[in-house]
Amino acid sequence: MPTPDAPGLCRDCGTRLPAGAAEVRCPACGSPRLIRHAELHSLSIAHIDCDAFYASVEKRDDPGLRDKPVLIGGGKRGVVSAACYVARLYGCRSAMPMFKALKLCPNAVVIKPDMAKYSAVGHQVRTLMQGVTPLVQPLSIDEAFLDLGGTETLHKGSPAHTLAMLAKRIETEIGITVSIGLSYNKFLAKIASDLDKPRGFAIIGQAEALDFLAKQPVSLIWGVGQALQAKLVKDGVTHIGHLQQMPARDLIARYGAMGERLASFAQGIDPRRVEVERETKSVSAETTFDDDIADPEELKRILWRLSEKLAKRLKAAELAGAGITLKLKTADFRTITRSKHLDSPTLLADRLYRTALPLLEREATGTSFRLIGIGASDFADPSQADPPDLIDRNRDRQKKIEGAMDAVRKKLGDTAILKGRGLAARK
Amino acid sequence: MKLIIDRAALLKPLAHVQSVVEKRNTIPILSNVLLRAEGDMLSLTATDMDIDVVESVGAEVSRPGATTAPAHTLYDIVRKLPEGTQIELAEESGSNRLTVRAGRSTFSLSTLSTEEFPALSGGELPYNFVLQAGEVKSLIDRTRFAISTEETRYYLNGIYIHATNSSGVPVMRAVATDGHRLARVEMPLPDGAAGMPGVIVPRKAVGELRKLVEDAEGEISVSLSETKLRFGFGDIMLTTKLIDGTFPDYERVIPAGNDKTLQVSRKDFADAVDRVATISTEKSRAVKLSLQNGALILSATSPENGTAIEELEVSYSASPIEIGFNSRYLLDITAQIEGDEAQFTLADAASPTIVRDQSDESALYVLMPMRV
Repeated sequence: MPTPDAPGLCRDCGTRLPAGAAEVRCPACGSPRLIRHAELHSLSIAHIDCDAFYASVEKRDDPGLRDKPVLIGGGKRGVVSAACYVARLYGCRSAMPMFKALKLCPNAVVIKPDMAKYSAVGHQVRTLMQGVTPLVQPLSIDEAFLDLGGTETLHKGSPAHTLAMLAKRIETEIGITVSIGLSYNKFLAKIASDLDKPRGFAIIGQAEALDFLAKQPVSLIWGVGQALQAKLVKDGVTHIGHLQQMPARDLIARYGAMGERLASFAQGIDPRRVEVERETKSVSAETTFDDDIADPEELKRILWRLSEKLAKRLKAAELAGAGITLKLKTADFRTITRSKHLDSPTLLADRLYRTALPLLEREATGTSFRLIGIGASDFADPSQADPPDLIDRNRDRQKKIEGAMDAVRKKLGDTAILKGRGLAARK
Repeated sequence: MKLIIDRAALLKPLAHVQSVVEKRNTIPILSNVLLRAEGDMLSLTATDMDIDVVESVGAEVSRPGATTAPAHTLYDIVRKLPEGTQIELAEESGSNRLTVRAGRSTFSLSTLSTEEFPALSGGELPYNFVLQAGEVKSLIDRTRFAISTEETRYYLNGIYIHATNSSGVPVMRAVATDGHRLARVEMPLPDGAAGMPGVIVPRKAVGELRKLVEDAEGEISVSLSETKLRFGFGDIMLTTKLIDGTFPDYERVIPAGNDKTLQVSRKDFADAVDRVATISTEKSRAVKLSLQNGALILSATSPENGTAIEELEVSYSASPIEIGFNSRYLLDITAQIEGDEAQFTLADAASPTIVRDQSDESALYVLMPMRV
C-alpha cells in the first residue's frame, strides 16, 4: 500500500513530505513515524478508536501500572471490558470471561471499571474531535467517525494532517493514545483504524480498496454475524473476494436486504454518511451474576435494583419509556428477551419493576440464569410520563415517593435510602 | 365420518370458529377444529382453552363420526374452492387423514384424535337471561375502546358486566377503563339477571363475540356463572372463561362535583379535534381546549410540525378554563355518541372530565386530562 514515491506526512511534527523522496525519518524532526499514501491528502472520512481505552486511562493515572498487564472488569464471573497491550501479549482480549483471561495471564492487575472516570475522559476526547470538525459521530465512549471534508482551508492542511495533529494533541493533553483509520467511507475507515493498532494511522484509498477487500474474511463486513457467516461459508463464500465475483442481483435474491449491503460493501461502496446525532433508541441496566441464579426471589430483588438504576438513567437522559424489555441469559448462554408496551411512558422504578415482574415470573421457573437486565425504549418527553391515573390513585403518590428518594440520594448517595424489596431476607 | 356439504354452508361456520384459533400454538390440538357429524348436522368447534365457539350447520351425513383437522388450513381450502361446489369430508376410521374432495380437487389433511380436544363446556351456569343482538352490540361498541392492554393490570383487560341500581332502577352495566378513560354503559336489567355476579369478559372474547353478532338479529341467550359466560344465538354458541380478578370500584372515579358544563355539536367538535390533532406529535396526540364564554378554542403545538388553532361556537358560561386531552381519546368517545350534541362536565385542568351524549343518559365517559 504505502509507496515511497507517494506524498507523505510526519505524524509527530506535521511536516509534509513531497512525493518522490524516500526518507525513512522526518527531515524536520527526525521522527520515523512517517505515513505515505498516494491518496494521503484527498481522503476525508476517518474512524478514531482509543487504544485499550479503559486500561490506558488507568495506566495514565497510575504510572506504576505502565509495564504491567492490566485487565479492566469486575468479579470472577464478569467479562474483560478492556485488556491493555501488555495483557494482550498473553492472549487476553476484551469480551473474554475474566476467569479465562486470568488463566492466560495470572499476574494481571485486575481493576474494577470506573465508568464515571472513563466517561469524563471520553468526553474530553470527543471535545477535541469536535474542535476539528462538527461532523463527529460517536459510536461509543471511545470511538467515533469524523468527516473532515471541507476543513482544509480552516486547518490549513489536509484531513490527514489535521488527524495526525489531533492524535498528537489527544496524547499530550489527555494522556491516552488513539488509532486512526482514514478512507473515503465509514466502512473502510473503520476497518483501517484496526490495521495499525495501537497508536496507528492506516489509510485505505480508492485505488487499493478492492484488492485489499478481496483478501479479507466476510466477517469484516458490518452486519455479518455468526449466523450469516455460517450461511455464507455453506454457500462457499469465505472472503470478500468471493462476493466481488457475484452479481448484486444474485446476492439480493439469496440474502435479501443484507445481500444488497454485501454487494456494495464488497465493492468498497458505503453510502452511509457521518451522522452527528444518534438518537437514543433504548436505555438499559443489566448485571452478570458471580454465580448462576435460579431462585425467583433473588432474581426479583436484583430486578428491583436494576429498575432503580434504569429509572435513574432515564431521568438523567430526560427520556420516558413506554416499551419495557426484560433480558435474561441462561447458564448455557441462551438470551431471552420479553417485552411489554405501556399505555403511557414511565420514568418510575416502581412501574418499570411492576411491568417486568410478570415477564420474569413467567421465565423464572427453575432455569438458572447468569445475567438479568431491564431496558426501556419507545421514548417520549418526560412531561408525558406517568400521567395521573383514574384507577391507580397511588400513581401520584409513587411519583412523589420516588422524587423524595431521588432528592435524598442526590444529597447523601445512592445507598442512603433503599426499598426493602431490593434486600435479601434475613436468614 | 363422511358427509357432503355445500361450500357456502361450510365456509360461514368455519370462518366463525377458526377465528378463535391462535396462529401459533405450542399444543398441536389447539390448531385444530373439531368436526362432528350426527343426524343431518355437522358441528364445528374451535378453542384456545379460554374461549370456545361451537357452530352447527345442516349437512348430508352418510357416516356419522368425529375428527379434528387443522382449522386455518381447512378454512383456507374451503375459501379457495369455487363458489357453489359440493364438498365431501371423509375420514376412514384409524386412517388419521381427513379427505376433502370438491370437483377435481382432493386434499388430505392429518387429523388428531377427538379425545385430545379440550372441552370448555360443562359446569353449571346458574344465571340465564336474554339480550337483543342490538343491545349486545351497543354495550360492546360503547365500552370496548377503553379496555386496557396493560397486562400488569389484568383485571382491566376486559369489560366488567354487572347488575346494579341506577337512581332506584335495576340496570345491567358494562364498564371498561384503562386508567386514562372510562366508559360506562347501562341498560334495563333483563329478567333472570337479578343477583348475577359481576364478571369481567376478556378482550379477546369481546372481539370474537362482536364479530359473531355482526350479522345476528333477534335474541341472544346469555348464561353465566362466576367463572364462565356463554352466549347462544342461532346455531352458534360462544363460551368464554372470565378474568379472575376484582374490577376496581369505578364509581369512585366518576367525579360528582364537576360544575363547568360545555355543550357542543358532536360532529363539529370531532371534526375540529381531528383537524387540529394533525399537528400534535405522534407520541402525545395532545390537543388543548380553551373555554370561555360561548367559545371553544382548540389548539395543538409541536416543536417539529408547528401549530394549529380552530375556534368553535359552543354553549359555555362558566369561568374560563384551559385543559388538555389526548385527541385520540376524545375521538374514541365522540365516535360512540349517537346524538347531535355532546356534553362535557369539567372541574379543572388536572381533574377527570365527564362526557355524555346529550340525548342519551345510558352512556357516560370519564376522561383524564393531560398536561399541555
